[in-house]
Amino acid sequence: MVDLDPAVVAVILAMAAVTYATKAGGFWLLGRVDLSERAEAGIDVLPGAVVVAFVTPVLADGGVPEWVAAAATVAVARKTGSLLASLAVGVGVVLAVRTLV
Amino acid sequence: MAEADQSAKEQDADEVQDVEFTAAGVREGFAAGFPVALGVAGYGVVFGVVARRAGLSVAEAAVMSATVVAGAAQLVAVELWANPIPAVAVVSTTLLVNLRYVLMGAALRPWLGQLRPGRAYASVFFFADENWALSIGALRSGSTNGAFLLGSGLVLWLLWVASTVVGATAGDLVGDPAAYGLDYVATALFLTLAAGFWEGEESLRPWLVAAAAALAVDALVPGEWYILAGALAGAAAEVVAYDG
Repeated sequence: MVDLDPAVVAVILAMAAVTYATKAGGFWLLGRVDLSERAEAGIDVLPGAVVVAFVTPVLADGGVPEWVAAAATVAVARKTGSLLASLAVGVGVVLAVRTLV
Repeated sequence: MAEADQSAKEQDADEVQDVEFTAAGVREGFAAGFPVALGVAGYGVVFGVVARRAGLSVAEAAVMSATVVAGAAQLVAVELWANPIPAVAVVSTTLLVNLRYVLMGAALRPWLGQLRPGRAYASVFFFADENWALSIGALRSGSTNGAFLLGSGLVLWLLWVASTVVGATAGDLVGDPAAYGLDYVATALFLTLAAGFWEGEESLRPWLVAAAAALAVDALVPGEWYILAGALAGAAAEVVAYDG
């Protein structure tokens, strides 16, 4: 039943090791260096910049359903601040508009 | 004592709230992560199906999901899978796809840096795009829950591994997640966060630079470099413009 090839597992564990190194590496590094206020201002905007960099090309590659759903998601998020509500509205609107267009 | 000094120093430097690490905090993260984990599970099923088709056994697919915990990298890796396994290509591609985690991990430092190292380094094992996003959203809006990342990571991990097994076992029975709109969960999550991160005019410049750089790199370079490039460009714009 349990079918594990040692060569496959070795490659998987190497993937796991490099992935953990990326997840822990940035966190570790910031504890070792003293940052200037200028650099901290950059770190401070990093979460927003990651989110924007993530989502902009995805939306640019999308079409009308994704854009309408994006507007609805942001509107609900700003109005309610509820993640569950904005996720439900985003997914619901994208499905609805996809069936229309 | 040294640890207390360290966290006091970081507290001053970053002007962030003190956080604590409790079982109740893990549960809070677990509950908050659940709806997002359901969306991720849609992708776990897809990953299971694709991994099985690429020749991995159910157990191997499950081990990969349990130890790598990085959806995009895993999907790309099994696309590269062949016999014999191109190990160098698989591992180096995994590294490239996951380079964005270096920046995302750095952004967690002000809060997770206050925790005992064992707790912090265990927590980062469980971070993926979705629960990183949830956690940084909670911490930035003043949450003192230092266990949020671990709690939301655990629920994500459980559903990711379970759904991988379902996909690898059920195979072709499962349809396309886009049919249920699940392909949009991550986008909706990131848009919700963006709405929360928006700080008015001061966000405008770094965000425009991040968006423009991400679009340009996405158009010119294959793969997921656009995330790293956009994020770095946005932060660099802020560093350059900083005036105290």
